[in-house]
Amino acid sequence: MEGEIRVGIGTDADLVIARAEGRAMAQRLGFRRPDPTLIATAISELARNLVMHVGHGEIIMRPIVEDRRSGVLVIVRDEGPGIADVGAALRLGHASRGGLGLGLPGARRLMDEFEIDSQPGKGTTVTMRKWRLRDDLERLREKRQQRG
Amino acid sequence: MSVAILRKGEYFIASIQSDLSDTEVLALRDDLIERVGRFRALGIVVDVSALDVIDSFAARALRSIALAAKLRGARTVIVGIQPDVAVAIVQFRLNLDPLRTALDLDEALALLELRPERKPADGR
Repeated sequence: MEGEIRVGIGTDADLVIARAEGRAMAQRLGFRRPDPTLIATAISELARNLVMHVGHGEIIMRPIVEDRRSGVLVIVRDEGPGIADVGAALRLGHASRGGLGLGLPGARRLMDEFEIDSQPGKGTTVTMRKWRLRDDLERLREKRQQRG
Repeated sequence: MSVAILRKGEYFIASIQSDLSDTEVLALRDDLIERVGRFRALGIVVDVSALDVIDSFAARALRSIALAAKLRGARTVIVGIQPDVAVAIVQFRLNLDPLRTALDLDEALALLELRPERKPADGR
């Protein structure tokens, strides 16, 4: 079973690592094109937010499996000042310092689920998920494998 | 840097060889803009087929290459945007205007060979 991957984000070189890891994990988890690219792009965008606005943080990628679907969970977290107005940050064109205001709304459109939890003075956690459907054949094979 | 920059007549061809960090993207932009002046180039072709992510930062950098090159008298064509990257750009709703794009190098050079159209009378 595929494990969890953690990438510490502190410099722009870490963005390159984070998006490569995200793409590779999506491919290993069976995502078909263009999904690995969409996932890598969302990760890149949020990793840059960390570098630009907070300085450092962490990205955690983890496989998620349900009966009918499986996918990837991406958690992007920092211990920075927090986002004062999350609603505004999610609106297109709400530019904060040094940004264009495209990052959060753009990343949200690339993923299936997207949540932001921000505590002023404590930090921000963005949780995103991308799903793919598991067909009958895949589920059948898994059951057979479990039986041995 | 993982970008090969070749000169072909009045044009520069910048061929990106691998994924680039933000710092490398900005260095490429500055390098190209400087070369346009130094060699009086009329066109730049940027081959992005090695980029498997074009996010808002990369899109903005490509646009600023085109805009700054235009101020220095050169036109820019982006070639080789991968199909998955094209889908991501659309879904992200990144704006690539006024970037001109082509599928491959031949097409890009042919585009640059076309003389700019006459501006409309009220044109800017």
